[in-house]
Amino acid sequence: MNRYPLWKNILIGLVLLWGLIYTLPNFYGEVPAVQVSSAKATLKLDPVAVTERIGSALRAAGIDHTGIFADPGSVRARFADTEFQLRAKDAIERAFNPDPADPSYVVALNLLSASPNWLTSIHALPMYLGLDLRGGVHFLLEVDMPGALTKRLDATTGDLRTLMRDKSVRHAGISREGSTVVIRFRDAAQREAGRRAIQDTTADLQLAERDDATDDLKLVATLTPQAQQTMRDFAIKQNITTLHNRINELGVAEPVIQQQGAERIVVQLPGVQDVAKAKDILGRTATLEVRMVDDTPGAIEQALAGSIPFGTELYTERGGSPLLVKKQVVLTGDRLTDAQPGFDGQTNEPAVHLTLDAAGARIFRDVTRESVGKRMAILLIEKGKGEVVTAPVIRSEIGGGRVQISGRMTTAEANDVALLLRAGSLAAPMEIIEERTVGPSLGAENIAKGFNSTLWGFLAIVAFMCAYYLLFGLVSSVALAANLLLLVALLSLLQATLTLPGIAAMALTLGMAIDANVLINERIREELRNGASPQAAIAAGYDRAFDTILDSNITTLIAGIALLVFGSGPVRGFAVVHCLGILTSMFSAILVSRMLINFIYGRRRKIDGLSIGTVWKPAADTAAKR
Amino acid sequence: MEFFRIKKDIPFMHHALVFNVISLITFVLAVFFLATRGLHLSVEFTGGTLVEVSYAEAPQLEPVRQALAASGYPDAQVQNFGSARDLLIRLPNRDDLDTSRVSETVMATLKSVAGNAPELRRVEFVGPQVGKELATDGAMALLLVVLGIMIYLALRFEWRFAVSAIIANMHDVIIILGFFAFFQWEFSLPVLAAVLAVLGYSVNESVVVFDRVRETFRKKRAMDTPAVLDHAITSTISRTVITHGSTQIMVLSMLIFGGETLYYFALALTIGILFGIYSSVLVASPLVMWLGVSREQFVKPKKEKEEAVV
Repeated sequence: MNRYPLWKNILIGLVLLWGLIYTLPNFYGEVPAVQVSSAKATLKLDPVAVTERIGSALRAAGIDHTGIFADPGSVRARFADTEFQLRAKDAIERAFNPDPADPSYVVALNLLSASPNWLTSIHALPMYLGLDLRGGVHFLLEVDMPGALTKRLDATTGDLRTLMRDKSVRHAGISREGSTVVIRFRDAAQREAGRRAIQDTTADLQLAERDDATDDLKLVATLTPQAQQTMRDFAIKQNITTLHNRINELGVAEPVIQQQGAERIVVQLPGVQDVAKAKDILGRTATLEVRMVDDTPGAIEQALAGSIPFGTELYTERGGSPLLVKKQVVLTGDRLTDAQPGFDGQTNEPAVHLTLDAAGARIFRDVTRESVGKRMAILLIEKGKGEVVTAPVIRSEIGGGRVQISGRMTTAEANDVALLLRAGSLAAPMEIIEERTVGPSLGAENIAKGFNSTLWGFLAIVAFMCAYYLLFGLVSSVALAANLLLLVALLSLLQATLTLPGIAAMALTLGMAIDANVLINERIREELRNGASPQAAIAAGYDRAFDTILDSNITTLIAGIALLVFGSGPVRGFAVVHCLGILTSMFSAILVSRMLINFIYGRRRKIDGLSIGTVWKPAADTAAKR
Repeated sequence: MEFFRIKKDIPFMHHALVFNVISLITFVLAVFFLATRGLHLSVEFTGGTLVEVSYAEAPQLEPVRQALAASGYPDAQVQNFGSARDLLIRLPNRDDLDTSRVSETVMATLKSVAGNAPELRRVEFVGPQVGKELATDGAMALLLVVLGIMIYLALRFEWRFAVSAIIANMHDVIIILGFFAFFQWEFSLPVLAAVLAVLGYSVNESVVVFDRVRETFRKKRAMDTPAVLDHAITSTISRTVITHGSTQIMVLSMLIFGGETLYYFALALTIGILFGIYSSVLVASPLVMWLGVSREQFVKPKKEKEEAVV
């Protein structure tokens, strides 16, 4: 009766083996590495090609590496020691950035897990340490949504003026009042015409008629909830993209940039100590400029030969071909109110739709009328350096402020271009509302503290259990160790961030996990006390304790989940480990310990007694105890 | 080895009234201190800036205070943290400050003070709105835990048990908070996490006792309610003490080795564990009795499947 079927034993064995494999990477430590990521907003890093190039650069320099790993944003090469790492960094730098003044890639020193490649290939990675354990900076940024909304409404006001003029609707003034745009009319017929005109051109505005006591008739336009939502989403998305591009310059090992809530962004830069520089980078603004391309025959060859014609600058397009751009700025980014990826109405190719405000539309119409067939370049200016985002050919005069750029673009490219254009124009301003900096020495200390508390607590519990319950105590201790193993494996697999409170939760979980085993052992003693045979005592003890264990763990889990839902930062780190720990402890306390007990006692026909410590039996009063 | 050799059931319920009065007094005291002294909330909740620096040699506090006051932070609190070489500087949020540059200004000021330059260990800056949100989120989490556990217990046992367990455990939580208010220990996010963990933990304790109560009601028909409760508590007392002993070993290890950061977390847990035992045994059970639990609520008309004892 105390035997598990073979499949159950094998299953438990497999789970433990899995735990062991996924825990392994945590013991290897880290080795030096070099990381390559894109330095330019307009340059997409192609992991496969970059991996090839790193490999050949290292071969050429005769440097041995211990593996090259690629992920979408960066490629990293691992080395045996720091000497190789430094030499490799120089070699890669030379291969990737022939012109040090204008680097296309960021080559940075980094650390990678030293676990063997077969582990990495099955995604067995070491636990992801939080900032309080490895040092670094954490920012919480809030996007200024009201500001973005005001900007958008101001642009709308200008658009409506243009629209009324184009449709020759007479109005008595258009102005932004708070979060609405108010249009005044003299008579109802004109107002109706105005309303129709607006409804025909845009779906983003909600219109309401309001009549004052004065003889003014008003039309009040507000952004629809959907339009506001879209605006918010875009503002956040675009700020995240911009931040990504900028943080790449810092060459941070594993930056975390995530949206939190409706209008916040979390930025975590492990290992960064220079907070001031990080803040400068986060707070920098980019601008957008539209200029004409100089396509005078021969000019470009002249420029490539080294003498750039007066009044022009030489840039490189995204495709890599050179481009000569006039210095005179036609339009700046603040005239651009929106940039969205989409599709060409006729050809169905991917396209980018730009919207200009009224003044911008007028300038644009004049310029395009004069330069049909010529190219214009849209440049993103950051840190005083420009990059060409796109350089389309002007096919016809464009009025009305709606511009479409299409041709030779994939959907992904259209998305990128739209994001870049928005990043240079209407990035919503951000404010730092939370900052945490942890020095590297403190991180190392925190790991030591957390590790020591867990270790000594664990050893003390094991010593006590073995003394009190003898063999059963030893089995409980093995189950507890299995619990720790599985917990670490789960955390490594999920790549959940481990923080100091997380380590505390681990220790606490171990302390609480022993509860299940104590319940079981006490039950078995009680059964023996009541005169059950050893085999029956084991079976009854496990069965009866199960209900109690389930109940008490579920209540604890409820508390853990509440923490997970409402917690942030340290509390969440605590809650993740707490919840996972409850699950692993149920598995190990019940199944693993039962399996071991079955191996020890289950095969024997007759047992004289169980090694579970003294079972004291009250000599008298068995009558009261039925 | 065996600690508990109890011949007869200990008559806990006989003294129920005494325990309840003691509880009530402690509880009222805790509420009183919470109301009069309030919690010493950490930067995370109040908003503000906290800078921890470490010097090679122990610095003089007074020059540091004066230098900070001179550079525009007259309300800076400077104190030693852990050792004489580590300083902790707290700055409340003010409207007229450029919050995003506080940490840099403070570091620059500290470097200008005569003596050796400090090493930055950590900075925490929390904007005012974030602090408010954290406080409400914490309260929400507490509410959700209480509701979730009550619903679960009501389904699994009976409403009387749910109510008693929650009252008993809220009493633990309030008493922990009372301690923190009385001693003015810093109430930080990890402490909040500890308090919520205690809530789950101490309910767990009550559940173990209640489980026994239910079982005893079903098995022993001759006993009256107080006797059943006594029997349930007596038969689980050894497990209660051993389990809490193990958990306390862990927490003690955190108190000793965990350093400053985990100190208050472990402290909150210690108080929670001690009161958790007390409340599950001596608060929750009498409450169930007062609320009038009886055998009829557990003996269902349909026959439960009895386990065969071989």
